[in-house]
This record gives sequence, C-alpha cells and structure tokens, in this order.
Amino acid sequence: MTLNEFAQHFLNALQWGSFYALIALGYSMVYGILMLFNFAHGDIFMAGAYIGLFVALALLSISTTGIIALPNWLVFILTLVLAMIFTSFLGMLVERVAYRPLRDAPRASAAITGLMVGIFLETSNLLFLGASRKTFPPLIEKTVYEIGGVTFTNIKIMIVGLSLILMLALHLFVRKTKWGMAMRAMCYDYVVVPLMGVPMNAIASLTFAIGSALAAVAGILFSIAYPVLEPYMGLLIGWKAFVAAILGGRGSIPGAVLGGFLLGFLEIFVAAFFTSTLRDLIAYSIILLILTFKPHGFFGEPYSARLRL
Amino acid sequence: MLLTVENLRVSYGAIRALQGISFQVDEGEIVCIIGANGAGKTTTLQAISRLIPVEPGSKLIYEGKNLLDYPPHKVVTELGIVHVPEGRRLFGNLTVMENLILATYGRKDKEGIKRDLEMVFDLFPRLAERKNQKAGTLSGGEQQMLAVGRALMSGRKMMLLDEPSMGLAPLLMQELFKALREINREGTTILLVEQNAHMALQFAQRGYVLETGRIVLEGPTKDLMENPKVKEAYLGG
Repeated sequence: MTLNEFAQHFLNALQWGSFYALIALGYSMVYGILMLFNFAHGDIFMAGAYIGLFVALALLSISTTGIIALPNWLVFILTLVLAMIFTSFLGMLVERVAYRPLRDAPRASAAITGLMVGIFLETSNLLFLGASRKTFPPLIEKTVYEIGGVTFTNIKIMIVGLSLILMLALHLFVRKTKWGMAMRAMCYDYVVVPLMGVPMNAIASLTFAIGSALAAVAGILFSIAYPVLEPYMGLLIGWKAFVAAILGGRGSIPGAVLGGFLLGFLEIFVAAFFTSTLRDLIAYSIILLILTFKPHGFFGEPYSARLRL
Repeated sequence: MLLTVENLRVSYGAIRALQGISFQVDEGEIVCIIGANGAGKTTTLQAISRLIPVEPGSKLIYEGKNLLDYPPHKVVTELGIVHVPEGRRLFGNLTVMENLILATYGRKDKEGIKRDLEMVFDLFPRLAERKNQKAGTLSGGEQQMLAVGRALMSGRKMMLLDEPSMGLAPLLMQELFKALREINREGTTILLVEQNAHMALQFAQRGYVLETGRIVLEGPTKDLMENPKVKEAYLGG
C-alpha cells in the first residue's frame, strides 16, 4: 500500500466514521434518557437528507430567479441549519406521537413502534415522492489538493471537520449547560429527576431534537459525498450506526463517537486488505468478537444503575 | 393548614397501598408518619410529590390549591414542595456542585441561588470541601447531607423527608437532625416518614401511625411516645 493509498483509506474511514458517529449519537442519547432504541432513527437520517434536498432546491431556485443571489456556500450553510431545525421537529413529533404514550409500556412495544415509524417514513416518502431517485445538487465544488504525494478533496475534509466540530459542541452542551446536566441526571436515575423541578418531557423532546438534528447533518453530508437519494437510504447505514452505538456502550456519548469511527475504520481497512465483497462479513465478525468479550461495549454500564420507584 | 390530605387512596395493581388516609400539616410544623416497612409511608410522600397516580376521590390540598392539578416538576417549582427520596437517589455521575445546581433548574433568581448555595455549605461544610467530587464517591452521611442540601436548593416551603436516618451511624444521624431542626427554624415545614420511630417522635411535634395503608393513631408526639401500643410496636416495649 502506497502512502497515498493509505491516506485515501484513512480519509475514507474518517468520513464514514463521521456518518456513523453522527447517527449513533442519536441512538445512544435517546437510549440514555428513555432506555429505548429509536429504531426509526435511520429513517430520520433519510428524512433529514430529503429535507436538506428540498431546502437546497428551494434556496437555489430563489437564487436563480434573481430575487436574492445566494452564493453556493451560503446555500449550503442555510440548508444545513434549516434542515437541522425541520428534522428536529420531526424527531420531536415522533417522540410525542409514537414513544411518549408508551413510556411505561414493555420495551418491546416501543421497539416495534420504532420499526413501524420507520416503515411509515419510508413508505410515505415512496407515496409522495415516487420511487425514482433524487439527485442532491452539487453545492460544494470539488477541489483536489495535493501535499507531498497525498491527494485529498475539500469535501472529505469539510465532512470530517464539520462532524468533529458538532461532536465537540454536543460535548460542551452536555457538560456545561443545565439542559445537558438534566440529560446526564436522567441517564442516571430518571425517576427522581422531576423532584429537581426538571420537566422530564421537555428534556425527552430536546434529546430527540438534538439526535434528529445530528442525523440531518449526517444525511446532508452523506448526500454531498454520495448525491443519490432514495427512500431506503437510511436502512443499512442506520443499522450500522446502531451497531456503532452498541459497540461504544449504550447511552454513552463518547462511546457513540468511538464506536462510529471504529466501525468506519474497520469497514474501510477490511475492504482495503481483503476483497470488498467480504467487507461486512469480516468487519462485523470482528465486532461480534469484540462484543463477546465486552458485551456492554466500551463505555457501557455493566447493568443499569437505574432504580425504580 | 398548609397541606390537607383527605381520603388518599393509592393502588399498585390489585394491591391497595393506601386505603383512604387523611392528615394535615400546618405551616412551620414538623410532622412525622411512622410505620413498619410496607405500611405505605413512601407511597404517601410519592403521592404528594405527584410521582404516582392517586385514585379518584383522593383530595390533596396545598395552600388552597389542588395538588392534583400540578405535574411533578411544578410541585417543586411552583409550590415549593421538595422531596428527599428514600435511599437519597443522588445523581452519582454528577459532582456535588452539579447535583445542587440541577436542583435550581426551575429558578431564575441568580442572586437567590448564590445565597442558598452559601447557606447549604454553611449548614453542611463537608459538602463545600467535596463540591467537585462525584456524588457517587461520598460516604453515606455525606450523601444524606447532599440529598437534603439539594432539596433546599429547589425550594424551602415544605420538605418531604423519606427515611433520612436510614443507614446512618448514630452520630451522623444526630448531626443531620440538628441541621433539619435549623432548616425548620428558618421556616421550612417538614413532613417526615420514618421507620426509626424513636428518632422521629423525638424530632417531630405531631405524629401519625400508619399500619397497612391506614392511619391508626395520631396526636402530639409526646402523647404517642407514652401510648402503650406505640411503645410495644414501635419503640421496642
């Protein structure tokens, strides 16, 4: 493997790790707070990509009609911000409609509900938008740089950089704000959280909002790298991000990030050394092996510290 | 009356935990409810702080307001009723300071929060020494102090205390109850439930005896202490 090849694989691993980590964060945060896996989360990623697509198209058409000429980078930033907002509303809606009524129901009911919500999102997309694939507009012009024989594109650097910035922002939010503090408290013992004067439903909504906004970012960044959108685009990547969340440790934010990047590196480097048709088989066998020895993932609790009433 | 409870009934499935109890707490009082394990003491406090649903017909009136109109977090932020739960239930993954600050979630008076923080640290100097330590690493006595201190941070009109003496060495228990008396002197009404009847009856002015979901005796604690039934069942003869 030449240095340049290695650098390509490394950057690819970072890029896929970023996608997985951004999505895994939503799984893990929601699990930490409500002890349920939002199995519709992969489809929230899909919805985020589509919302981004429509926002971007709307902004571009405003721009071309000449009312206000928006440069492409501004369209990109506005798309990102607006799609995060809209997708977080979708996430809050899902929590309110699908999960809140099941707060005290058996966990299996919530899991099945999540799967149903996912199918609902996929099939609504099919119904309203048709089965044809959509193409994400090239908002960022691809530039290739070369330093010392190693080539890389601005798009990959932007994807990885933006993802890391958002993860850092999330970390600071959870550590430094009172909402973050309430989230961490809820992870530990959600029964007594209302006794602190904390409105639990608001924190649950907020958690879904943040998780969905991050999934929307992942959806848009993914669409910039691979600009073909289809209703089932969230399925495989969603399940893989779920694996990343488990690998990192249920409910752990650093765990989700670590799990996401580990998954990215495993997949890319397995494909680099073996044949790519065996990629998932080998990569996920390794993960199975890791989970055999660390069944709670890297930062997971051996058992929940939560107490009941 | 600050708090009037009438015909409070709570069931867990087919099990009747409280079979229609009535009691009152006046402003500034220290009232205790004693009873054996499973008598319904914890359930009573959880009903007041709205953590569990009550059955129709139950009446909970606080300062003339219907408690049942308030969700649990508003019982704290709008009514000033704070609940120190059984087993302390601190957030072991947060620091001492974060536990105290989280309890001010619904408050906006920065000055008041600062004052209350100083007051809590005055009352429990050991918490000030350990403020950056994770709450999970505190000793049992320190944890109970933090649980009380945390409650003081979110409000101080009325404090519900669930078995504060549990697991505490006698000396620490004395220290804690001394602090609680001071908190009461500053104007906080206290409703205490305890298995340790001896401690509770000495501490409170009035008391109720709860047996399998019913109040069987009530009165000033000095009368209860003399009552032969109480002596036999709760004070060890």
